[in-house]
Amino acid sequence: MSVIITFQKYVRPQSLEEAWELNQKKRHRIVAGMMWLKMGKHSFGTAIDLCDLGLGEIEETENEFRIGAMVTLRQMEKHPGLAAYSCGAVEAAFKDIVGVQFRNGATLGGSLWRRMGFSDIVALFMAMDSYVELFEGGVVPLEEFVNMKYDKDLLVRLIVKKQPGAFAYQAVRKQRTDLPSLNCAAAKLGNEYRVVVGSRPARAMMLRDEQGILANGITEESAASFAEYAASTVPVSGNMWGSAEYRKALVPVLTRRTLMALGEVL
Amino acid sequence: MEIKIKLNGKMVSDDIPADMLLIDFVRAHNCFSVKRGCETSSCGLCTVLLDDQPVLSCSTLAARANGHSVYTLEGLQEEASEFVGFIADQGAEQCGFCNPGFVMNTIALLRENPDPTDEEILAYLSGNLCRCSGYVGQQRGIRNFLNSRKAQEAERE
Repeated sequence: MSVIITFQKYVRPQSLEEAWELNQKKRHRIVAGMMWLKMGKHSFGTAIDLCDLGLGEIEETENEFRIGAMVTLRQMEKHPGLAAYSCGAVEAAFKDIVGVQFRNGATLGGSLWRRMGFSDIVALFMAMDSYVELFEGGVVPLEEFVNMKYDKDLLVRLIVKKQPGAFAYQAVRKQRTDLPSLNCAAAKLGNEYRVVVGSRPARAMMLRDEQGILANGITEESAASFAEYAASTVPVSGNMWGSAEYRKALVPVLTRRTLMALGEVL
Repeated sequence: MEIKIKLNGKMVSDDIPADMLLIDFVRAHNCFSVKRGCETSSCGLCTVLLDDQPVLSCSTLAARANGHSVYTLEGLQEEASEFVGFIADQGAEQCGFCNPGFVMNTIALLRENPDPTDEEILAYLSGNLCRCSGYVGQQRGIRNFLNSRKAQEAERE
């Protein structure tokens, strides 16, 4: 038997309060989908499994989506309401994350909590009007949460406000199912344009059209201008998925392409 | 800890360590079709159906499967037999180590989408890695199976 993760006790809390209290102990750990947790070598006392807390559902109301922390990536990818609202961007962002089996296990909570720079999920939802609901910390904009330090709070759900808008998502991968070398989500929410660049490889960052480059809409010229603005604004560095020089060249190209894709669904 | 899993249609109870992975549980119950490959949640060799959904048993706690249904290839021989011959006819098996995972995920694909396009087949099976074949043989085998099934259905009509 090969066990990389070891722990002595497995608990399924029956309330959020119980889960939060259990998680305050230093040697206790929440196991979400366990996909990334399993990659490392971990030894802890108690595994806290949130699977009995009813967090595995996507609720869609007239004004928002409420996506529980235990919802899998595959559930989101196949959700008709999310597909329609995102103009297909959810599927575009999720379809190359390893494979169907992985996405049936990986959870929204695990993906957001880690705030990994390469995350397709973080980049996409940052472009939307999204908020993370934390048990102790309350409702926090995802854009803010992404840059918060890790603590012992409990991520309950993601709330996506249904602002009238359109979305597009593109990523560059060395090959299908690999981590992205760079990813980009673009949105028009009301009159506001947002472009999120992730896998820089640092955490995703959001650009707003503060200079009004896209004020007259998305055209070849305005998309190219915004792409140059992104190139001069987004810091990049290198790792095994791409050198800093490569990413620097990619940022304007991917930004322009994603904006043009956004223009097609507006 | 004590768990109960409906494994290949039969209720199985066992006293397991809290950190036992599902792959180790099913192999301890003689389901040796389930293989350990990459250890990085990416090769698909360990695919089982948990409540009819394909999952990576190397990355799933046995404890989480407590009270649920798990199927391995041992329990789906009849369903698999419909198409595995077509894959074998293409010489796609080669070393065969990835095959049970491929077959399990193909079963999941065909249950979810009985008439997939080639692109849909590639997308669904992209989480199953094969280091021998280059995937063309498997794809051709599945395509031939689907064509054969369609031809049989047309004959019946």
